[in-house]
Amino acid sequence: MTHTRSALLTIAAAAVALVLAGCGERPQVINYKQGKYQGKPDMPAFSNAPFNGNKQQWENEIDNRAQTQNEYVRLRD
Amino acid sequence: MARMKFLCDAERCIECNSCVTACKQEHDIPWGVNRRRVVTLNDGVPGERSISVACMHCSDAPCMAVCPVDCFYKTEEGVVLHDKDLCIGCGYCFYACPFGAPQFPQTGAFGVRGKMDKCTFCAGGPEPDRSQAEFDKYGRNRLAEGKLPVCAEMCSTKALLGGDGEVIANIYRDRVTHRGKGGEVWGWATAYKVPGATGGGSQPNNLAPAPAAPEPATPAGGTKS
Repeated sequence: MTHTRSALLTIAAAAVALVLAGCGERPQVINYKQGKYQGKPDMPAFSNAPFNGNKQQWENEIDNRAQTQNEYVRLRD
Repeated sequence: MARMKFLCDAERCIECNSCVTACKQEHDIPWGVNRRRVVTLNDGVPGERSISVACMHCSDAPCMAVCPVDCFYKTEEGVVLHDKDLCIGCGYCFYACPFGAPQFPQTGAFGVRGKMDKCTFCAGGPEPDRSQAEFDKYGRNRLAEGKLPVCAEMCSTKALLGGDGEVIANIYRDRVTHRGKGGEVWGWATAYKVPGATGGGSQPNNLAPAPAAPEPATPAGGTKS
């Protein structure tokens, strides 16, 4: 009886572990290892004037500019 | 910011090739090199569709994987660029690329092939931003000026969208919602030809024009019977 119970518990624990393993979220996109690149380093696009390293300002500028491609937004203005 | 991407709306592209011309003019690209080109499906058949194709700046770029000298790198914004000082012009990237994006000039230090040239998403290359050296090798760096790729910005029908993937996906979704069709051109069903799916991918004639025709206009001064 004890053996049966312990076997059932073991099976249940294994089943729970197996089911929970499916909940793990793995990245679907490969993170390219920058270290492999053998060429010259490049600076970020926002490093120079007129943004002078202000990444947030550059991102806002790019996103605002992208909206000019949406004529539904332009028509509503 | 997510990743920079291009998206071409096949419902809008009129095959005017302005994106190709603008790209060549903006970056002073030599004869024989086309960083961008327009591909037409079912050319000449009613319902033909055109899309503008260049480097798609793949998330897992095959050109980066096969390059024997590792001259490719990816910026923080997901733009795939390369160092022309390192490129040996072997052409492996051309064979690996499913879009035919890598281009090779006909003259140069490596005989008839030359160093590889491709779309930079108007982001220049590994030279000082907006310098003459960067322009000579890679073309203009519009991203450093806070601008988007010239091909997308000047597209007359706004068929070609460029920018942050999430932003342009929202623009496209907004557009498809307004016009009520066109979203089925891209998607899982079309790409993988799911049988019976509403995407139309299983039908060879899925790009046929809509059957509904507008009512003819009433002649001036006349009345509608």
